[in-house]
Amino acid sequence: MSRTADVELRNVSKVFDNSVVAVDNVSLEIEQGEFFSLLGPSGCGKTTTLRMIAGFEMPTSGEISIEGRPMGETPPFRRNVNTVFQNYALFPHMTVAENVAFGLRMKRIPRDEIARRVREALQLVRLGGFEDRYPRQLSGGQQQRVALARALINRPRVLLLDEPLGALDLKLRKEMQLELKHLQMTVGITFIYVTHDQEEALTMSDRIAVMNAGRVLQVGTPLEIYERPSSRFVADFIGESNFLDGRVVDLNGQRATVVVDDRVPVPARAQDGLAIGEQVTVAIRPEKIRLRSLGTEGADGCVRGRVEEIVYIGTDTYYLVRLTDRCTVRVRVQNSQNRLDSSETIGHGEEVLLSWLPETAMVLKT
Amino acid sequence: MALAERVETPSPPPANLATRLVDWVRRRSGVKLSLVLGPGAFWLLVFFLIPLGVVLAYSFASRGAYGQVIWRLTLENYTRFFDWLYIRVFLVSVWIALLTTVICLVIGYPFAFVMARVPRRWRNALLVLVMVPFWTNFLVRTYAIMLLLRNEGLINSALRWLGIIEQPVTMLFTTFAVVLGLVYGYLPFMILPLYASIEKFDFTLVEAAQDLGANTWQVFTRVMLPLTMPGVVAGSILVFIPSVGAFVTPDLLGGGKVVMIGNLIQQQFLTVRHWPFGSAVSFVLMAIVLISTMAYFRVGGERRV
Repeated sequence: MSRTADVELRNVSKVFDNSVVAVDNVSLEIEQGEFFSLLGPSGCGKTTTLRMIAGFEMPTSGEISIEGRPMGETPPFRRNVNTVFQNYALFPHMTVAENVAFGLRMKRIPRDEIARRVREALQLVRLGGFEDRYPRQLSGGQQQRVALARALINRPRVLLLDEPLGALDLKLRKEMQLELKHLQMTVGITFIYVTHDQEEALTMSDRIAVMNAGRVLQVGTPLEIYERPSSRFVADFIGESNFLDGRVVDLNGQRATVVVDDRVPVPARAQDGLAIGEQVTVAIRPEKIRLRSLGTEGADGCVRGRVEEIVYIGTDTYYLVRLTDRCTVRVRVQNSQNRLDSSETIGHGEEVLLSWLPETAMVLKT
Repeated sequence: MALAERVETPSPPPANLATRLVDWVRRRSGVKLSLVLGPGAFWLLVFFLIPLGVVLAYSFASRGAYGQVIWRLTLENYTRFFDWLYIRVFLVSVWIALLTTVICLVIGYPFAFVMARVPRRWRNALLVLVMVPFWTNFLVRTYAIMLLLRNEGLINSALRWLGIIEQPVTMLFTTFAVVLGLVYGYLPFMILPLYASIEKFDFTLVEAAQDLGANTWQVFTRVMLPLTMPGVVAGSILVFIPSVGAFVTPDLLGGGKVVMIGNLIQQQFLTVRHWPFGSAVSFVLMAIVLISTMAYFRVGGERRV
């Protein structure tokens, strides 16, 4: 299947009147039929990026192309994209059916076709029978689905979604995540999804662009983003990470050894361009670390530490392990045994051995 | 049991007369209600309903030879109104009031829109700008307009000095002058309710409509106007009602050449001394206002928002 870029941003920047740089030289290629997420903390420029694709804001510099056509100053109503707004922005004076039909009315499509497509669109979002209700008579989740139907009925090339699940409660949000993903696969439209919720992005996206302070830090599949974060920010923002500052002392093919606090050597995955003696940060995720009692003799590559804190959270147990005076590591161990019965538990203050596969620890340049 | 309860309730603090009175009022909702509504109701009864009843009674009475009211009941005052002479006055009044309302709406909507959209610190400045005319007496302001519009007034002098015209353009004592005066006087009553409506309007709906393919005109007619209709209705009513019954403005700026219902009533009471006919015309005016307001609500106000 040959894929073409549906939306392309080339060196796009947005500087607002008050000289705030909201988006700083962003380049992205979003492929046809892709579920693409812009992920970042609030104020990172993800919504501004989306609004520029929609045409509500014009880039200060750079070029946005949709379906290969440069958009320039094209107003929103001449772009083949539709938006699902954060607060849904349903028209309060119109019924559900009138809301959904709005886009087709503007295009002067015959009445009977509008009626048929409204019915289809509402069926698609499982809201058949709600045609004559007003938005205020619907729950948040239902309003959300009306907003989706109202956008999708226009059969846009690209659907833009601005934190569409932000106002829903957790359980409904999880349901809607799967439903959205399913819907996207059904209609085959490119989705560009803005969110600050990393779990949401990981669950639904084909690819994610992680943004911070107006810049795109990393673009990749959820797997790549999670397993191979390229910067400390990404490693920290998506999931949890331990960060160990140290110096490279040994390089051996795929494997690097970094000495933390001049005392503790830790293994990590080497990356290109790394030099011995370089100051780096090793990022290691809590669930990648194995924890054993000191008694069981370990192989080389193990790190010694002392358990300082134990937090039981049901599915897992967190251990806070001190390696050196300045350095602690969080370890997440899945509770595969019943901890009430298990005799072999690690206790508070106990000396332990930590180990991990070197390729699970990322070396990040500082 | 009853005794135990009495022991448990804390004894009330030593109350003086005032706090006991307040307590008593609080406990009786009927008393509270009449205290809240009483003054207003009293005012309306004495200064509105009773005089209205007197006028209604007069409208069925007859005029004596010397202008006194004679209690010979008749419908003549009402039938007399259907003379073309008076129907014309009625039509002119409604026409002028409608024109005033539409012009106020056309000027007021963009102004209110801008007022609702500019940064907050500018809003108050614009709001003050709308209010400033109220700081000066209405009569003084109307005389000022006369000075502007006169044949030797500022506008004509300026136009002549610029060589645009040779003979002065007659502006004073025309329908134009009356409408100008009314628009000037009642524009704030249009702007303020419009502003209140537009300020509440959610502007992301504009983006939503644009996103769905609506151009600027469609955004306005399909989304913005329907959702700000309460302000349009309120403003229009607030302008139309005083305009249709105006008498100072047509008197001064119309100079007796533009006669509105208000002038007719004034003449009947003060000049002609035919109080019964004046009363009847007053009631006709009330009926016009009532009917047109209700019709307007039917058209514009019933949209569900």
